[in-house]
Amino acid sequence: MNFIYDPVPWVINWLTQLLLGWGLPINLVNTLLYLVGAVLICLGAMLFTTMLIWAERKIGGRFQDRLGPNRVGPWGIFQSIADMLKIFTKEYINPVGIDKIPFNLAPILAVAAVLAIWAVIPFSETVFGANINVALLFIIAIGGLGEMAIILAGFGSNNKYALLGAFRAVAQLISYEVPMVIVLLIPVMFSGSMGLNEIVQAQKIPFIIYAPVACVIFFICSIAENGRAPFDLIEADSELVAGYNIEYSGLKFGMFFVADFLHAFTSAIVFTTIFLGGWQGPGVEQMPVLGGAYMLIKTLVVYFLMLAIRFTLPRFRIDQMMALNWKILTPLALVTLLVTALVDKSIPHEMTLVRIGALVIVNVLLWLLADRMITAYRKRNPIQVVTGKARPLARPEILPVVEKEAAQ
Amino acid sequence: MLNEWLYLGIFLTIALAIPAAALFIAGLLSPKKPNPIKDSTYECGMETVGVSWVQFKVQYYIYGLVFLVFDVETVLLYPWAVAYNKVALYGVLEVILFVAILASGLLYVWRKGALEWV
Repeated sequence: MNFIYDPVPWVINWLTQLLLGWGLPINLVNTLLYLVGAVLICLGAMLFTTMLIWAERKIGGRFQDRLGPNRVGPWGIFQSIADMLKIFTKEYINPVGIDKIPFNLAPILAVAAVLAIWAVIPFSETVFGANINVALLFIIAIGGLGEMAIILAGFGSNNKYALLGAFRAVAQLISYEVPMVIVLLIPVMFSGSMGLNEIVQAQKIPFIIYAPVACVIFFICSIAENGRAPFDLIEADSELVAGYNIEYSGLKFGMFFVADFLHAFTSAIVFTTIFLGGWQGPGVEQMPVLGGAYMLIKTLVVYFLMLAIRFTLPRFRIDQMMALNWKILTPLALVTLLVTALVDKSIPHEMTLVRIGALVIVNVLLWLLADRMITAYRKRNPIQVVTGKARPLARPEILPVVEKEAAQ
Repeated sequence: MLNEWLYLGIFLTIALAIPAAALFIAGLLSPKKPNPIKDSTYECGMETVGVSWVQFKVQYYIYGLVFLVFDVETVLLYPWAVAYNKVALYGVLEVILFVAILASGLLYVWRKGALEWV
């Protein structure tokens, strides 16, 4: 095994030989290596989040015609580190009447639920965590743990606004889980496995070409699961006081934001793995380390797209958001699943080009169907114009008499 | 296979331990100067009235129920999706029937107006 072509297994192999050479039993060596790997990935992801926050603020600034952070270090690159140092030394305010266990457990659980997804991601052909055969179900289940953290935070705060915010957040998150889970059946169907390694290996041609509509539905749902604009009703600061995290302070508050930024990047990784072919790319067989690079590039592109959507679109109203989910995305996801299954089954798999062509045509038709559904929804619920009258200009002659006298 | 689950167990423990450790360290570093006003429940600066166990719209619970129905039925579809390449066309038709029942449930909820956010 060559170091240049595939560094991580080389290092693991070398460490295993070294530890075995010291006379340790093989089980202990494996456990130790797992421990080191888990600590490295978790710490790496947490520290990487500081860079993500900086990148997001900088890119967001550029999108909105601002400069973004530009004082601490070159291009403001140390801004997040300064923020981190500051938030570490902030006081924890524990309001009266909180339920201590849920209140303190919630920020930990919020971060852990996102970090745990990294355990099953295949970073390249030879570098992956747990290659379990139910990885997709694991990701969905762990996603549910994040909702648990939110409801714990809202309940533990003993605050009406926090509880209301938590209810809204959970209503949004569980609703958008439905089309996401339905659409995830399609990659499982194509690859015949729920393991992420098998799903990536089945994608010599990425699944985005086979199932673009499913891909778009999954993308929308994963943005909504992150709770980012245009679906940022979880922290709709102009409507709720602040949402479920209102009573939190110091690093406990910060943990929710670490979870938020990390979740955005993690869902970009999951999207890349499931629909864009993960580490697949030219020359991966000879040089597995290239796979990691492909994975990173694809993930960054998806992440940038998410940022572009976040900083461009305004927020939905909550009834519009729920209608989008239950009246458009869920029926569309069901139809997409059935039609894809039927068409894919009726064409033999040897005729790859015919199969792709048929699926693309079907997806174009599905796209038109989605367009019809949205148009019909817009007809049923027309946009209400709240103001129609032109307001008078503020000219001196229409000012009230009192003000005129005061001016004289 | 067992090793994979061992790794997963270790990973979950570490994933819980690292944020917990960070919170603990921050708790050691941070000042502790509580006072009654600072520690009062924050509701836009008003004095809090009553308990936080107030009634909420029934809508939240209805969404919860609909989600439960859909998620459980979708989980039943996963074994079919794994075996998709092995089943004949008949298997797909059966699933269409299954999803039709699922969709009729959605239609019922829709018609009853439970999906309206009021």
